[in-house]
Amino acid sequence: MEKFIKHTGTGVPLRRSNVDTDQIIPAVYLKRVTRSGFEDGLFSAWRSDPEFVLNKAEYKSGTVLVAGPEFGTGSSREHAVWALQNYGFKVVISSRFADIFRNNSLKGGLLTVIVAQAVVDALWDAIESEPTTSITVDLEARTVAYNAVTVSFELDDYTRWRLMEGLDDIGLTMKHTDSIDAFEAKRPVYKPKTLPIRI
Amino acid sequence: MGKTLAEKIWDDHIVRSAEGEPDLLYIDLHLIHEVTSPQAFDGLRLAGRPVRRADLTIATEDHNTPTLDILKPIADPVSRLQIDTLRSNAKEFGIRLHSLGDADQGVVHVVGPQLGITQPGMTIVCGDSHTSTHGAFGAIAFGIGTSEVEHVLATQTLPSRRPKTMAINVEGTLKAGVSAKDIILAIIAQIGTGGGQGYIIEYRGSAIRALSMEGRMTVCNMSIEAGARAGLIAPDQKTFEYIKGKPHAPEDFEGAQSYWQSLFTDADAKFDLEITLNADELEPFVTWGTNPGQGLPLNASVPNPAEIKDAEERGAAERALQYMGLVAGTPLKKIAIDTVFLGSCTNGRIEDLRAAASVLEGKKIATTLRMLVVPGSERVRQQAMQEGLDKVFIDAGAEWRNAGCSMCLGMNPDQLAVGERSASTSNRNFEGRQGKGGRTHLVSPLVAAATAIRGTLSSPADL
Repeated sequence: MEKFIKHTGTGVPLRRSNVDTDQIIPAVYLKRVTRSGFEDGLFSAWRSDPEFVLNKAEYKSGTVLVAGPEFGTGSSREHAVWALQNYGFKVVISSRFADIFRNNSLKGGLLTVIVAQAVVDALWDAIESEPTTSITVDLEARTVAYNAVTVSFELDDYTRWRLMEGLDDIGLTMKHTDSIDAFEAKRPVYKPKTLPIRI
Repeated sequence: MGKTLAEKIWDDHIVRSAEGEPDLLYIDLHLIHEVTSPQAFDGLRLAGRPVRRADLTIATEDHNTPTLDILKPIADPVSRLQIDTLRSNAKEFGIRLHSLGDADQGVVHVVGPQLGITQPGMTIVCGDSHTSTHGAFGAIAFGIGTSEVEHVLATQTLPSRRPKTMAINVEGTLKAGVSAKDIILAIIAQIGTGGGQGYIIEYRGSAIRALSMEGRMTVCNMSIEAGARAGLIAPDQKTFEYIKGKPHAPEDFEGAQSYWQSLFTDADAKFDLEITLNADELEPFVTWGTNPGQGLPLNASVPNPAEIKDAEERGAAERALQYMGLVAGTPLKKIAIDTVFLGSCTNGRIEDLRAAASVLEGKKIATTLRMLVVPGSERVRQQAMQEGLDKVFIDAGAEWRNAGCSMCLGMNPDQLAVGERSASTSNRNFEGRQGKGGRTHLVSPLVAAATAIRGTLSSPADL
């Protein structure tokens, strides 16, 4: 995973709440067996509308998506994270994220930043009045900064460290194989097994 | 202080905990399907890692599978590749797979319980958000993304933050014609699509106890639509009876049951949040908008966004009405439906088919609509056919299909056309969920059947 320490880019204001993962990437795009190439499917239904924010020239190079509350609800498809990343987004800012989407994003190195809705509102206004507004998301300092505004956000130390080091969760867990072995040795015998098959 | 049910199960599965780090949680069962697993298996191959516990892993084909001509090669080459990829991955890594045509092929959340492999006190994950369904047995079951699928395949564990606990008490007695689906739709309308964020919900109270296992699965299934990754119900005699005699019921049933009987929330345990709902007052529920929180009793009318105070909610309601092609003030029962879909992990079990068939028996569906009946699994389909339910549906004019996720998410050919309106027993009414431009109203199996007969959103009482 790519390390995330600090990112500076321009924003894309997505003034919608409850943006579910079916909107981020519809099911018909989930048939691929790769992790790349999902940018075509990103918000595909909405992109057929020329007025949709991603179709506007001034937001074409945006890398920081600023979205309404309950972003990423619905399906657990990690393809939603990949689609945002494949398209070029590095950060999503919202006041509330759905749990599974949030988890997926932080596993995959897409930084999801939670700030108060008032901060989102102010960011929307700033971006819409000046689309070239530069936004800096500093994971080390845990801040979002634009114009003269600097806002802090929370992220637990462990996740922050893992993202800043670009560490793979599986590798970290594998260091504790002894603990897993010990746990398995004590598991009750009546816990079901899928093999051998019983019909 | 005592513990809640969720805390007991969580604590029983901690492999390792360290200050400031997520708990490393042991996973008792990992369910796999074709859509969220190929990239995970690729990751294993790249790193040269094996599957740690193939004997705690089971796969089925469901999301992408056709419900017609299932024994012919899948027409869509991209779909076919995905199914073939699952088959070759299962073979390579030694994972049990139930393919099209097999009795245990079907929606992954129908298959686990019917095999008796979903049991109380377990931790269960799947790369699918409706894994919460299995919570009906008193298990912690939640959906994960593909990175986590790979993590579980490699280590049989998952680093997870301990969620908060919420109790939803549903007290009282449901009226005739009101079902588990109406309970959960009413809960979501009350607490909102984000109300359960960060929580495991425990459903409690006399109305929950009175539900069958199928009904409990319907309630737990849609915990995710309330924002909660998991929802569960303490196991009781009904749970034990349901598991008894299933293929993977424990050989030492008494031993297992004595553990299961310890799985309840202690009297002195404290939830982070408690909510109470009166079951006596519940009516059949239906959604009018484009998220599952936008629902109302069937007797209500399409809401007027101008009367919604919260600006964000108002804007969302305006957009929803525009997308849904609805006018504020229209009685919900006047809304004409083009397609009725009966099926999915929410309402694709035998009891759901029986409920709908009981309404449809001896009647015909309206000539203005089509009805698709998609059993949750091949086993459910066979059981329904033994009971003659297929004839009831076919005689009424409905289409009797093979098992799978089907029109719930429109990944296979079962989709709505642009502007087409469905009454669907599934779980999500998102824009385009059932096909680009399609419009979805979420309903119970009873409402689906009554709607099919009348052609407009209806309850059996309207017949």
